[in-house]
Amino acid sequence: MSPKPILSAFRQALSEAWAGGAGALLPLGFFAGAAVLVPLGIGTEPGMLRAVGPGILWVSLALSSLVTLERIFQSDVEDGTLDLWLQAGAPVSAIAAAKTFAHWLTAGLPLALMSPVLALMFQAEASLSLLTGALIYGLGGLAFFFWGGVGAALSATVRRGGLLIALIALPLYVPTAIFGSMAMRGAAFGDTAPLLLAASTLFALAAAPFAMAAALRLAAD
Amino acid sequence: MGMLSAFANPHRFLALSNWLAPLFYGVGAAMIAWGLWQGLWVVPKDDYQGGDIMRVMFIHVPAAWLAMASYSGMAAASFIWFIWRHELADIAAKAIAPLGAVWTALCLATGSIWGKPTWGTWWQWDDARMMSVLFLFFLFLGYMALRAAMDSRQKAARAGAILAMVGALNVPLIKFSVDMFTSLHQDASVITVDGPKMAAVYLWPLMMSGLGHMLLFGGLVMTLMRAEIWTRRAARQRARLLAGA
Repeated sequence: MSPKPILSAFRQALSEAWAGGAGALLPLGFFAGAAVLVPLGIGTEPGMLRAVGPGILWVSLALSSLVTLERIFQSDVEDGTLDLWLQAGAPVSAIAAAKTFAHWLTAGLPLALMSPVLALMFQAEASLSLLTGALIYGLGGLAFFFWGGVGAALSATVRRGGLLIALIALPLYVPTAIFGSMAMRGAAFGDTAPLLLAASTLFALAAAPFAMAAALRLAAD
Repeated sequence: MGMLSAFANPHRFLALSNWLAPLFYGVGAAMIAWGLWQGLWVVPKDDYQGGDIMRVMFIHVPAAWLAMASYSGMAAASFIWFIWRHELADIAAKAIAPLGAVWTALCLATGSIWGKPTWGTWWQWDDARMMSVLFLFFLFLGYMALRAAMDSRQKAARAGAILAMVGALNVPLIKFSVDMFTSLHQDASVITVDGPKMAAVYLWPLMMSGLGHMLLFGGLVMTLMRAEIWTRRAARQRARLLAGA
């Protein structure tokens, strides 16, 4: 077992994200668009926006992870890359994890980094805690992408699989969404909520690759 | 494993379920009828639980038991199929999913009906049990949608088993997170059926109704499994005929 196929899958996923026009900017556009629609929908009262802002950002983050994950494994199934991995005896779970991680780097991390800007637009006070917030969104987004990756691998052979991914992944997103929003509301919980968020993200990192590998083996048959 | 292998034989299952399913239906219907008659007309109403509306308990609580038991059953069947590839285990998982979804929906609907007069709202986001059951409902829906999207029976079985196991792995975490979420704004008005003291006068009708629902559920699972076995046999027969022609 050599690390080569893992590295090449990682590199390929990164270059795929940057290739093809807008590339990694698209998820940012989706994230910003989804969040900006909210004040138009519910009104612009500052106190209310301050209250719902962090939650809106969680919802937008979850949605944009779902939208971008649809194609993550489909091309590998269609062009035979997956068959080659399996024939070569490559560690599929590690490859799936590497691809998902690359996907988070290009479509998840930028959203987390942009979250302070959107938080300011949602009337949050400008402070250092906005940067802590970016860290928390990044951590929670990682769990979103890994559980969403399980849904993407399961529906890799399904046409219009995106809707299916959303239905499959929704219950799996619950712990992250809850711990994440508790961590954002901060003070009342001290360190507990961020630690629980980190723990549930670690759980996703540990468990999801095996489920993705089992699902990809199925997709190759 | 001996017992499992014995049940894994479709012939034996067909012979067994041929008389066991009707028996379950009959006894289950009788028990539900007795439980409902007791619950609706005989037992006194409990004003602390909202007066006459508490009588919905005799459907709501059995539905809640079945909602949880059916997901565990589906996950266990999926696990057995994934490891030992007993066809019957997959047929069981496939049969449990829609029934589990129906009882889960029944639990949510009766819970809402009970909640409106007692809590003053159809839906209480602060109630951990309502939230957990809602996510259970989504797990069932996702499982059924995934199976339906697969283009072959074998693929549907594998994909379904993977998803059911991933779901089962996550259920404790979902439960824990929901409990934390709701303990934030603990509401004093939350009324628990399984509170510290439940009068014996309610316990018997509830137990009977619960057992009756389980038997009915078991009978329906068997009937759906029988239908699936015959459908598969018919498909094989048709393929054989076409090949011979």
